[in-house]
Amino acid sequence: MGERLPMTVLAFPVPAHRVVKMRIRKEHAHLSDEALVALVARSDEAALAELYDRYGRIAFGLALRVLRDRTLAEDAVQDALLTVWRSATRFVPERASARTWILTLVHRRAVDLVRREQHRRTESYEAIELSAAPDSTDETALLSLERARVQEALKKLSDQQREAIELAYYGGFTQSELAERLGEPLGTIKSRMFNGLARLRDMLQEAVPEEEEWDRTRSTT
Amino acid sequence: MGQDAIHDLTAAYALNALDAHEEAEYEAHLGRCAGCRGELASFQTTAASLAYAVDAPAPSPALRDRILAQAKVERSNLIEFPRRRWLVPVASGAAAAAAVVAVSLGLWAASLSSSLDDEREARYGQERVLALMADPAAEAFPVNGAQGTLVVASGREGALILQNLKAAPEGKIYEAWVSRDGKEMLRAATFVARGGATVVPLSRPVPAGGLVAVTVEDEPVDEPTGKPIFTADTA
Repeated sequence: MGERLPMTVLAFPVPAHRVVKMRIRKEHAHLSDEALVALVARSDEAALAELYDRYGRIAFGLALRVLRDRTLAEDAVQDALLTVWRSATRFVPERASARTWILTLVHRRAVDLVRREQHRRTESYEAIELSAAPDSTDETALLSLERARVQEALKKLSDQQREAIELAYYGGFTQSELAERLGEPLGTIKSRMFNGLARLRDMLQEAVPEEEEWDRTRSTT
Repeated sequence: MGQDAIHDLTAAYALNALDAHEEAEYEAHLGRCAGCRGELASFQTTAASLAYAVDAPAPSPALRDRILAQAKVERSNLIEFPRRRWLVPVASGAAAAAAVVAVSLGLWAASLSSSLDDEREARYGQERVLALMADPAAEAFPVNGAQGTLVVASGREGALILQNLKAAPEGKIYEAWVSRDGKEMLRAATFVARGGATVVPLSRPVPAGGLVAVTVEDEPVDEPTGKPIFTADTA
């Protein structure tokens, strides 16, 4: 390994004991996600905190599903949120919602990590299928509504489409790994993912409820 | 790979189900295909919805504090560093010194990539290198075949800091690659030589034990067409 750089002197990092725990007021609760990202781009810590409060839990649930390890899942969420912090200036709201951007970052990071931890994935995927709601009593109504909606849509896919999408998204498998694992030609796997995701998109778009309304309901609770 | 086949990768890309090579190929295509960009946006929204279908136990409360504390640290580094650039590092790490010169003179590698917003891209590169230098755990590795250093932060973000780099032959450019194993090469930067120090932020993480290689190319390409002219090995 290379030598350690004496860069501390350049950077004036705040010593750990001097990092005062921030008391974040909920002053941003009324803002849209995209407005929060715009504030994050101007290094507004309260805006980052608010984004975490909105998406931290779902992000952690996703990362945990992929990584099946709380510590790694927290690492993935932390990395993704800090990427949001560092690159919020590059966020283009016309291209994607802030929610999609954040969850895409979390997913990408989780998948990167799970691919490094190959041994985790060689365990039988089926054997670690998530058990039924271990800790969902205190989750928000918003979360359970959205969960029901997405699960409902997933159920309407063909078994094969659902299997391909779930193994790819939650299992972190590449399309080639899936083809090998399922003993199918790569082209078949690609079509299952493509057609399945297109169907999901149509179903979820149809039923998009007033997200604005939800956000407002949520932030006042 | 044929064009139709490339379009078909949109769903797999949105699900993060491509390997690094396919991903690079698809991203190169994405820059040229408005249809795929549109479809990808809708597929990514759908893929992100899948996050909601699984149980979401609460993370530990400490996670929120950790993220916010780290954000605060990074902000103070990013803001304070440029104002205090007259401070010279006490220890004379060559890389650190070169980086200070490069940073204070504002010598940044010009992004030749097909970025939609080059100026933002360049600013982002600058921020990335500053963040990287602010990392007290950053490591330096020698570059073989040229004067310079590869700096890798603890989060594996990397930058090449090259001194007195000769201009690429007329009409050609430099392209930097990151590789885990020395076989599969992922494009990490396209750049030209600058007088003095050339600072090249890498767009891909440098895996532990991996290497960074630089080739000379006629134009930005997705795979190196020749042998590297210089490399930095972290193994």
